[in-house]
Amino acid sequence: MQANDVFFLLMGLSALAFYMGRGRSLEIAGELRGIRNLHSLPNYYGYYTALWCGLPALLLLCLWIIVDDPVIIAVVMDSLPGEVLPSNSVEHTLLANKINNLAVGVLPSAGQSEVLISAAQQLRDLTQLSRWGMAATVLCLALIGLAWGRSFVAAKFRARQRVEKVVQYALFACACLAIFTTLGIVLSVLFESLQFFKSVPVDDFVLGLEWSPQTAIRADQVGSSGSFGAVPLFVGTLLVSVVAMCIAVPVGLMSAIYLAEYANRSVRAYAKPALEILAGIPTVVYGFFAALTVAPYLRDLGESFGLSVSSESALAAGAVMGVMIIPFISSLADDVITAVPQAMRDGSLAMGATHSETVRRVVIPAALPGIVAGIMLAVSRAIGETMIVVMASGMAANLTFNPLDSVTTVTVQIVTLLTGDQEFDSPKTLAAFALGLMLFIVTLILNIVALQVVKRFREQYE
Amino acid sequence: MSNSNRNLKRIQSSLVWRYRAEKAFRWCGVVAVALGLLAVLALFSDIIIKGKGAFFATYMQFEVTYDQELLGIDNFADDQQLIIADWESLYKSALRADFPDVRKRADKRKLYALVSDGTGYDLKARLLADPKLLGQSEIIWLLADDDIDTYFKTLLDGNAYTARLTDNQVEWLEQLDGTERMRLQFNANFFNRGDSREPEQAGIKGAVIGSLLTLVLTLILSFPIGIAAAIYLEEFAPKNRWTEFIEVNINNLAAVPSIIFGLLGLAIFINFFHIPRSIPVIGGLVLAVMTLPTIIITSRAAITSVPPSIREAALGMGASRNQMVLHHVLPLALPGILTGAIIGMARALGETAPLLMIGMVAFIADIPGSFTEPATVLPVQIFLWADSPERAFIEKTSAAIMVLLSFLILMNISAVWLRKRLERRW
Repeated sequence: MQANDVFFLLMGLSALAFYMGRGRSLEIAGELRGIRNLHSLPNYYGYYTALWCGLPALLLLCLWIIVDDPVIIAVVMDSLPGEVLPSNSVEHTLLANKINNLAVGVLPSAGQSEVLISAAQQLRDLTQLSRWGMAATVLCLALIGLAWGRSFVAAKFRARQRVEKVVQYALFACACLAIFTTLGIVLSVLFESLQFFKSVPVDDFVLGLEWSPQTAIRADQVGSSGSFGAVPLFVGTLLVSVVAMCIAVPVGLMSAIYLAEYANRSVRAYAKPALEILAGIPTVVYGFFAALTVAPYLRDLGESFGLSVSSESALAAGAVMGVMIIPFISSLADDVITAVPQAMRDGSLAMGATHSETVRRVVIPAALPGIVAGIMLAVSRAIGETMIVVMASGMAANLTFNPLDSVTTVTVQIVTLLTGDQEFDSPKTLAAFALGLMLFIVTLILNIVALQVVKRFREQYE
Repeated sequence: MSNSNRNLKRIQSSLVWRYRAEKAFRWCGVVAVALGLLAVLALFSDIIIKGKGAFFATYMQFEVTYDQELLGIDNFADDQQLIIADWESLYKSALRADFPDVRKRADKRKLYALVSDGTGYDLKARLLADPKLLGQSEIIWLLADDDIDTYFKTLLDGNAYTARLTDNQVEWLEQLDGTERMRLQFNANFFNRGDSREPEQAGIKGAVIGSLLTLVLTLILSFPIGIAAAIYLEEFAPKNRWTEFIEVNINNLAAVPSIIFGLLGLAIFINFFHIPRSIPVIGGLVLAVMTLPTIIITSRAAITSVPPSIREAALGMGASRNQMVLHHVLPLALPGILTGAIIGMARALGETAPLLMIGMVAFIADIPGSFTEPATVLPVQIFLWADSPERAFIEKTSAAIMVLLSFLILMNISAVWLRKRLERRW
């Protein structure tokens, strides 16, 4: 019996428990003449019984699924005769995998030693036993829970409070998932990064000027220096982000100002959603646009001026990224600009300022914290943006500030290091996690600072 | 008097500049908005121009004889023989019959290259579906190779692209075209097939199904959990440090770059929990974790917008807090929550970067049938095709983008419709 069969049976049993608990309460109510003599509504007695039936059994099921494979494989490995047992842990795992493959039938048993075949047979038997054992114990527990929960049903029993308590705990658990996610991110990148920093010192990584992550398999291999200096990546990321910001900030800000302050109702009603289309387009589409349309166009344009523009230039990736960020900045700026009270504009206009002077001298300063925070969030988004740079910028780590050259970024390197087949604990793959850690820290700081800017400098007008 | 006159003059002369600045500022705004709209227009028109060709494919007319001897088998009912049969000889003989002058081996190979590599399989499927065809011959439209497809489409536009064809091939094609035996047909393969190395055989069905499976899982995981978390934070959470910590966490997670979630999936789900790579389960998990903060934030906004009077009325009638939330607040907030969920799903549908980390980037030709079969998703398919060197994949990529964008537009329109339809103003 598979785990999901047990799960569905359990759900069925819980539904049954609901009707039994409810039925019992109605019975009691019948003796007392009317459900108003019960403490809670009959449904709550049903829920209570169903919870007792389903919840402990479900927990047991999860626990069983988590522990059964390792336990079974450990039992099988223990029962192997000492001479076939390898000494180190890597070969130990390999042997365990081999037995597992034999048992599943991926590996044909022909030509394998007797010991392994019998171990595979034992593994199969134990797995089978464990499945049935799981089904039996889980369903037994469910039935015990059902009887137990039903035995509580009584006229004075406060079923509703109990059920609501469980619901509240469930809601609380869901809210706490956010913390577990953060914890998971931090632990996963931190743990792997620490492993990486064991082989590559932190200062070499953060301050090194050369990035070529190809590690040598043989000592005499050519072109495999294996140096992990991330400065070229940081510079590349910065360069692309600066280009993006040079486009997104003026265009985004000016269109927000125009739409909020000048445009009449009908223009605003059409232009604002039209601009926001840009925010809904997937980044892979921008990447395609950058790599196949913008980059060749810029290269040809550069040629006609006698400039040599790389076909994977930082300019192309940055420009398209800037277009992607325009709606992000314009909608955030629009929100803060419209939040500036009308009285301030009226005051300025009444003093004889023109409309643009009002905007520049009164509205923008009043909205500045919000705008700055928005730009910081946009920068963090530009730094973390992946697909556009993966598709439109290069792989070679050039240390340059020229936007016409090809550069590579942190996110590009994470993707190139982690896609494709490689063993998991080589410095090459671990370097990706170290880069991820950098990315996470930088974006986190930008976000926190942005929130602080808003909190600290926002002026309360109303 | 003279003083104030001078002042008036100064003001009037400065007014000219100030009005000019006013006008310039205004024009800057117009230009900015126009630039943004131009970007939208450029993006869409570029993709539509590049991709519209992919919805049609070039077919060539030949007379195919389903000859058992050609296939090299003696028993049509034997499955074993069907596998080893020389299906390609069916169309090869048809091509030879039309161009009998072609003698040399190299030339013949060029001749066979006119037709798509998968034609043998197509003819096999056709014959198996209708065994009565055996021994008969029929006039049939065969799918052309991608280079021929490019040639024919550019020919129709007036400027034929022949760089990847030999002179002989061009001559043969002109002969075929001259006798009206080449035409464009609706490209059903594009919607019915999985990925392929041959551009003319490649389709998006596998990716669309993969996206669907992944998205279903994302929705199942993130929607209930997101609502539950939002309810807790809005209605039950005590104002203390822990709650504040949760809120800060959620807000930060919403701004974490998506690629970091890919790293999380790789380190936790794949390396720690040993979930296999490339399957919709792992994709759904990662995207669910990624969209959760968005759904929590929009759900909270929807729940706060329900006026307190509703809550007070429910409590006043003797409802418990749970009943108040589940029976009154939640149903009223649901349109807003659904809108947020749809927008979150649209983001998840377009997401690529985290899926690259968890191995959904493999070449998968089969159409996935369940949550645990290797699959790829639409944006990743676009990424893979955009990386392919074949020229014909450019139009496939653009067409796949058009399909992806139309799904997204559909989702966004339904979100707007839902909001208009169900949202209540208090």
